[in-house]
Amino acid sequence: MRWGGQGGKESQGPELLAHSAPLSDTLEAQNLHVHAGTFPAVRGVNARFDVGTFSAVIGPNGAGKSTLLRALLGLNKPESGEVCLFGRPLGKWSRPERSRALAYLAQTEGLPDATKVRDVVALGRGAGDWRFGLLPTRPWTDDDDAAVDSALDRTDTRRFEARKVAELSGGERQRVALARALAGEPRFLLLDEPTNHLDLAYALEVIRYLRCEVAGGLGVVAVLHDLNLAARADWLLLLHQGQVLAAGPPETVLTPENLLAAYGVRVSVLSHGNKLIVLPED
Amino acid sequence: MRSDAPQSEALTPAAPVAKSRWVWPRTFLLLLLLLSAIVFGTGLGSVNIAPGEVLGALWRGLASQFTGAELISNDVIVWQIRLPRVVMGVLVGASLSVCGGAFQGVFRNPLADPYLLGVASGSALGATLAIVLDWPRALIPVSALVLALLSVAVTLSLAREGRRFPPTRLILAGVVVGSVLSAATTALILRGEDRARQVLAYTLGDLGFSGWRDVLTVLPYAALGCGVLLLLARALDTLQLGDLTARSLGVPVERLRLIVVIAASVATAGAVAYVGIIGFIGLIVPHMVRLAFGASHRILLPLSALLGGALLVYADLLARTSPLSQVGIVTTLLGGPFFLWLLRREKEI
Repeated sequence: MRWGGQGGKESQGPELLAHSAPLSDTLEAQNLHVHAGTFPAVRGVNARFDVGTFSAVIGPNGAGKSTLLRALLGLNKPESGEVCLFGRPLGKWSRPERSRALAYLAQTEGLPDATKVRDVVALGRGAGDWRFGLLPTRPWTDDDDAAVDSALDRTDTRRFEARKVAELSGGERQRVALARALAGEPRFLLLDEPTNHLDLAYALEVIRYLRCEVAGGLGVVAVLHDLNLAARADWLLLLHQGQVLAAGPPETVLTPENLLAAYGVRVSVLSHGNKLIVLPED
Repeated sequence: MRSDAPQSEALTPAAPVAKSRWVWPRTFLLLLLLLSAIVFGTGLGSVNIAPGEVLGALWRGLASQFTGAELISNDVIVWQIRLPRVVMGVLVGASLSVCGGAFQGVFRNPLADPYLLGVASGSALGATLAIVLDWPRALIPVSALVLALLSVAVTLSLAREGRRFPPTRLILAGVVVGSVLSAATTALILRGEDRARQVLAYTLGDLGFSGWRDVLTVLPYAALGCGVLLLLARALDTLQLGDLTARSLGVPVERLRLIVVIAASVATAGAVAYVGIIGFIGLIVPHMVRLAFGASHRILLPLSALLGGALLVYADLLARTSPLSQVGIVTTLLGGPFFLWLLRREKEI
């Protein structure tokens, strides 16, 4: 089910153009099986995420959402099946290429407390072109500074760029983490429960920032727990016991039948203006 | 993004940190502290030599290396007796501090110190073995060095999980290896009771036997180990975001952890093999630098080297001129309370 994908910039390297598969601005899971430890957490998932689209992965605890996300990033090795980035298997991408195209915002991003905000965001420039991924091979340039500035501006964190992380509130921290992820100028940003521990205002704020990035062509894949927040995504993937229960735009996925099957909870889905509201019956 | 930049630029510090106006003044301050440590450490003792004369003696000593001129009176004390001891102090203090900072970074644990993975207990066992079995004196550091490196190798192999070295397993394996080796050391000491004093002196750390030959032996370990760690500073910074995030940014976390552990162990083993187990320097110096100068490893590691070198020389000076007698006693006796004070003052470390 392809939906809402506006093709992004055609800026792939020549090795990609030579590839036989048709060019597509997608991140795709093909019959993906992934273990978390020894537990088969993801069992045969097919999914397709587009750049310029806000996709959300939902499902009950233990449905395999985080495991799927890590596999999409190439951080977990699949047992079988494949992840394809821009139509090319993830395994065929080099570590630097992969790390530049895909950014990750972990569930509990460990921001170093004693470090200044700007320095944290600068780490997001990554090790993509370092020797062995360990030794920086080029000096810091104005381009790097510009990318950091832009990430700070887009997340409204520039104001406190000189403060230490320890002095920030939870909402400010999450925005710094977001700026860090954006500083590398990725094509896809994969977020694991970015609105966890945030109050309503901050949660909506994060979604708003992500929306802006999506409008700018970024592909966002966010694991979300709050179904009413997930209803604001362009495209939903509902996981249950490691398998896809439903996928598509919110109005086709967020149905009482699907949610009963996934969560075992009776809900009503109301329509308010152009927004869906999921209301538990119990 | 350019990836074909010449490698000579690899050491250029990245801008966001270098931009800070305070880096150079602070580095200069620590350099002054180190210089003063060298001058006072060389000048003070049973015969006190004025700072001016110390500098003159250092100059004449250096010149005599090329002219072959004979050194006389105080110059001999400065150049042949005090200076090697001071230089050894700088080397060891710098190594332990850099390794401590790197360990705290790579394990993301503020309590990590260079002895975390069993270097100290391996070194102690090696030295005890050599002392109790009455091997030639020159073999004591060799035996200490070999067993120190061996014990880290054992720790690594115990902690290994496939191709990964999980930090928690490394720390646990280090504790176990340390305990077992300490027990073995104690057993050996009890068998060779008459030499217990000599063993104790070693395990408390002593710079007193250091000559130029020892300095030149320790130098390659310190230079190699610390050099590698300093090069990895930015990768260590990235690791502070967490394993998964660092990996998503392209840092090969497992390789980084292994290289840091090996480099730090080589530098630490080289140091403790020749001067014994000097406590606390490697734990507290990085914390002091972090509080005063910032947490980025590109600042933390080089400044820890300067501060650690200076502090150990001053501690040794105190040990020589007070009844505390051994530098390891001074660092632990003063370092312990200082660390507690630091903990109470800074809730965030």
